[in-house]
Amino acid sequence: MSRLRQLRDRWSATIDRVRDWWHDASGWQRWTLYGLLIVLALFAPSQAVGSVMSPFTDWPSLLFNPIGIYILLALGLNIVVGYAGLLDLGYVAFFAIGAYTLAYLSTKYGWSFWPLLVLGIALAAVSGVILGAPTLRLRGDYLAIVTLGFGEIVRITATNTDEIGGARGITNIPHPPDLPGVEFLLDPLPYYYIVVGLIVLTIVFSRRLEHSRVGRAWNAIREDEDAAELMGVPTFKFKLLAFAIGAMIGGMAGVVLAGKVIFIEPNNFPFILSATIVAAVVLGGSGNIPGVMLGAFLIAWLPERFRGFAEYRILFFGAALVLVMALRPEGLLPSRRRRAELREGSGGMGSLGAEVAGPGAADHVEAKG
Amino acid sequence: MTTATNGAPLIEFAGVTMQFGGVVALSAFDLSVQAGQIFALIGPNGAGKTTVFNVVTGVYKPTSGAIRFQGERIDGQKRFRITQSGIARTFQNVRLFPNMSALENVMVGADAHHRTGAVGAALGLPWHRSEERHGRETGLALLDFVGIGGRAEDTAKNLPYGDQRRLEIARALATDPRLVLLDEPAAGMNPAEKHALQGLIRKIRDDDRTVLLIEHDMGLVMDISDQIAVLDFGEKIAEGPPREVQRNPKVIEAYLGADVDAS
Repeated sequence: MSRLRQLRDRWSATIDRVRDWWHDASGWQRWTLYGLLIVLALFAPSQAVGSVMSPFTDWPSLLFNPIGIYILLALGLNIVVGYAGLLDLGYVAFFAIGAYTLAYLSTKYGWSFWPLLVLGIALAAVSGVILGAPTLRLRGDYLAIVTLGFGEIVRITATNTDEIGGARGITNIPHPPDLPGVEFLLDPLPYYYIVVGLIVLTIVFSRRLEHSRVGRAWNAIREDEDAAELMGVPTFKFKLLAFAIGAMIGGMAGVVLAGKVIFIEPNNFPFILSATIVAAVVLGGSGNIPGVMLGAFLIAWLPERFRGFAEYRILFFGAALVLVMALRPEGLLPSRRRRAELREGSGGMGSLGAEVAGPGAADHVEAKG
Repeated sequence: MTTATNGAPLIEFAGVTMQFGGVVALSAFDLSVQAGQIFALIGPNGAGKTTVFNVVTGVYKPTSGAIRFQGERIDGQKRFRITQSGIARTFQNVRLFPNMSALENVMVGADAHHRTGAVGAALGLPWHRSEERHGRETGLALLDFVGIGGRAEDTAKNLPYGDQRRLEIARALATDPRLVLLDEPAAGMNPAEKHALQGLIRKIRDDDRTVLLIEHDMGLVMDISDQIAVLDFGEKIAEGPPREVQRNPKVIEAYLGADVDAS
């Protein structure tokens, strides 16, 4: 155990050094790194990488789903959990809504992929608002339970609605129309590149939001919701906004997935997937984009990489998760701020239940005179 | 932003009662504060002073009575709307955003009057940028104003206690309030800090703002207040300029708990 702690401390020191370097890095240094990362993402599906990373499964397929899709979902959930501090355990619902939007409207009415991508995102946003409006008055655990219920409601409704295929799901979902020089068929590569594009877009928007009035408001809400409200922050509005934006990204991932897989059914969207994405966010470092992406990558990749261990792989995977959380509860690459919040047990989701403030928020504010 | 004209009070409490179950925290409370004053609210612990702040800022909706700010009813309004309409406060026990920098704390206050939403921020639109610039400049100016200009990048919780109190004042001022509510700003300060605080409160008043102050340090209160109201068991027992209040037998009784004639 002490060896492991040493390892952890060395990891922390390395991370801090990299972070300091990044903080002082000049514009061209940053752009060079961004460029390198994008080149890396574009060449990732090559055979050479695949033989190391994934000897048991087709590597480009793996890169699209689960790796790419999980990263997209984790980035979306990061806005809800990492930025606004709202624990959403029903995030898979938005993923399902995006996927069903594409599956239903393309099979039934022959709509094409690209307009449906936009529509799927819009519908997910609307459902995010519908879920958020009545529930965001709740805090902490209460919110988590209600969102968990929402995820189940969506899945069960899909199972019981014959119009959208019921338990049998929807088959023969058409692929996206060909672009000049690109055919969307069974080859996972073009889909992977769509996901890379959407991930880049999501990162750009996330970062801009984080460093704006909106991100500050989320931060303030996470740290002290009552004080934020009293400083003129419309907390409800901003929480709803976080929900809607998170939902949009989840819906987007759903549309892209459905465009590739030909067949979806309600059981593609179980509660365990919501929990897995939460695990990815927490494992990687909630609130920090590189951390969240690393977490999603590991959670998607590890079980596939160790397929050789057959049934035992999930056991090892679980043990590895427990170990990381025991040694480094703030995640592998946390944001500095979230790390501090976790240390002191403040900050919405950071406490995972230590902060149980019921609906009577006012009781928080000093009452005596 | 309208300033109250001569005669019309900036804020007015009319028969404000606040009950929690059987406990009456504030009972038929009447008070008028004129614009441009430093007005102090004093009284023994548990007298209902902070309750006054809490009903003004919308933390509690009064059981009965009305509060008018610049002629408009504000009781029962949403808390962030009340702040946007020109009332800001500090807290008895400091409630900063502990892991945000000092500058970010103040910028949250300045954002109360900013309009850009998620789209403007995500796309980096020009008005978003100009609002960000405004927030940053206001923030830095206010940190200077309260005397902690050099600590803009420091994390709030790492500031010394006295600076945290100043930062709270800066954050409140960033919302550009007409009425500033300070809840025991001198608590935990040493004499030098208290002295500086007095100067700061006067500066706030001279900046065309009105200050309503809760404070236990009688020296400070008597020194800077234009007007004082005394609360005891949720009722206003006296009101007037410092000299008068100091000599009021009811006030002496409330504080000393003894019959004045007994001596």
